[in-house]
Amino acid sequence: MSEPAITLYRLQACPFCERVVRTLDEYGLAYRSRFVEPLHSKRDAVKRESGVRTVPVIVDDNTGVTMAESANIVSYLEETYGENGRLTVETAAAGGS
Amino acid sequence: MDLGFEVVDMGEPDHPTEGEQAPDFTRPVVDDEYWEDVALSELDGPVCLVFYSMDGAFPGTYVWSEMRDRGFDDLGATVVGLSISTPYAHKRLIEDNNLGETDFRFFSDPANAVAEAYGITNDLDGMTGITEPRPATFVLDDDRTVRYAWAASEWPDLPDYDDLETAVLEAVEATDG
Repeated sequence: MSEPAITLYRLQACPFCERVVRTLDEYGLAYRSRFVEPLHSKRDAVKRESGVRTVPVIVDDNTGVTMAESANIVSYLEETYGENGRLTVETAAAGGS
Repeated sequence: MDLGFEVVDMGEPDHPTEGEQAPDFTRPVVDDEYWEDVALSELDGPVCLVFYSMDGAFPGTYVWSEMRDRGFDDLGATVVGLSISTPYAHKRLIEDNNLGETDFRFFSDPANAVAEAYGITNDLDGMTGITEPRPATFVLDDDRTVRYAWAASEWPDLPDYDDLETAVLEAVEATDG
């Protein structure tokens, strides 16, 4: 099983996280979900990755981008993988290692 | 356990035995930071797979304190637990027993389908609708060939840690060799 290039740090039932999931699904992007706990103080992994303790956070190995804030992430995904994006899902998949 | 009185006989388990291949499965696996779906087959072998009673019941505390104190973390195998508890409960188990300092990780299987696949279910008396794994331990090679298997036939029961440790060390040696 090949590892998805995109990792999504998420909180169960968090609407901002679900918004990102919808966008990932819309563009047919494979991703790995890592669930963290509701308490901010227990989110050291997220802090380490992104510098903040908020979720969602995505880590995209295709581009080297790590990003927080769902609105920013949705824009990033659109600009990168959307219709006029820099990468297609296919090239991203081919380039992903 | 020798208690001087009869405990509940669960009948013989029907699990994969030495030389057979253990079923693969994917479940959320929990460490001290997060949980994510992981397949048993993705773990670095050998794997020491420990089925235990739901988090919060005392056997889980006993088993994982003992595994921690005996240094199962340093034997060279991947040590994973599995219970029907949710990832949130696993986080508490890790915190309450200082398991964050170990590499022990915990599969969450609330629907008990893994125990079903391994032939080791235990329907809990007085908790209608709840079934969980019997206490059971497996040592698996890289390709999930069973090197050691034990499952309780009485309830309650605890693993034989000495046997388990010996089996883990033999598996590590065989893998390294």
